[in-house]
Amino acid sequence: MKEPGSKDNTYTVDKSGSSALITQSFNVKAEDFAAAGEVSGKIKNLLKQLGVDPALVRRVAIASYEAELNLVIHSWGGQLIFQVDPEKIRIITEDKGPGIPDIELAMKEGYSTASDLARELGFGAGMGLPNIQRCADKLDIRSEVGQGTILEIEFNLAHK
Amino acid sequence: MKKLKDIVRELNLKVLSGVSNLDREASSGCCCDLLSWVMANGKKDSVWITVQTHINIVAVASLLEIAAIIIPSGMPVDEKTISKAETEGVVILSSQYDAFQLSGMLYNMGLRKDA
Repeated sequence: MKEPGSKDNTYTVDKSGSSALITQSFNVKAEDFAAAGEVSGKIKNLLKQLGVDPALVRRVAIASYEAELNLVIHSWGGQLIFQVDPEKIRIITEDKGPGIPDIELAMKEGYSTASDLARELGFGAGMGLPNIQRCADKLDIRSEVGQGTILEIEFNLAHK
Repeated sequence: MKKLKDIVRELNLKVLSGVSNLDREASSGCCCDLLSWVMANGKKDSVWITVQTHINIVAVASLLEIAAIIIPSGMPVDEKTISKAETEGVVILSSQYDAFQLSGMLYNMGLRKDA
C-alpha cells in the first residue's frame, strides 16, 4: 500500500518499459449510486472506438463496472485509472477507505460487507471481486486496513 | 432470435424508453432482481425481467449489452431511470403481467438460448 500523496507513479508507467498509449483517470465518489457506471461506460466506448475485440471490450466493461461499484459501495472515494498500451489494457482503482482485512475471504463468492443501501439496490451480494477475477487475465489486490485498497486488473490484448 | 418490436406487439408491452432500438433481436432471457448476479451471469442480447426500477439497472443493461429490460406487474419506473435509459439507448419495456408469467411467455416465444 502506497502512502497517500506519494510520488510513486507506478500507475502511469508501463512495467515493461513501453509507455502507455492512453492513460485516463477518473474520480469516483463514495455512495454516489446515481453516477455508478458512467466511468465504465466511457471506457467501454473508448475501447469500441479503438476497435478492440467486442468480447474483450465486454470483459473489461464488466470488470471496470464492478471495480467502480466497489469504490462507490466500500470506499470513502477513489480513482479509477484506465490504461492501454500495445500489450495490455489495465484498470486500476486506488481508494481511501476501510481496506480489506482478509483478501482471501473477500474473494469468496457470497461474502460481503456492503451497506444495507447497497443491498437494497441489488448490489453487495459478494460477487464483485470474483466476477472481476473471472473477467480479467490478472488481478492484483493490495490493501491496508484503515488506509485503502489498490486493485490492478489486467487484460491481454491478443495479437495476430 | 426474436425482434423486440415483435415481442412488444405480441405481449402488448409498453415502451418506456429506447423506441428507436426495437429492431434489435433478443435470444435469451433472465429473471433476476439481484444486480450483482446479473453482472456476473447476464447475457448479451437477452431480455432482463426485474422489479428493480432504480437508475442502476440502466448501467447494468448498457454495459452487458442486454437487449431490453422488462418491468413486470405494471410497476412504476423512476423518471430518472427512463431519462437515463433514453440517453444510453437502453430499451425499457413495461408489462401488466408478473415476472413469472412473462418468463413463461418469453420462453414459449423461443427465447431459450442457453449461452
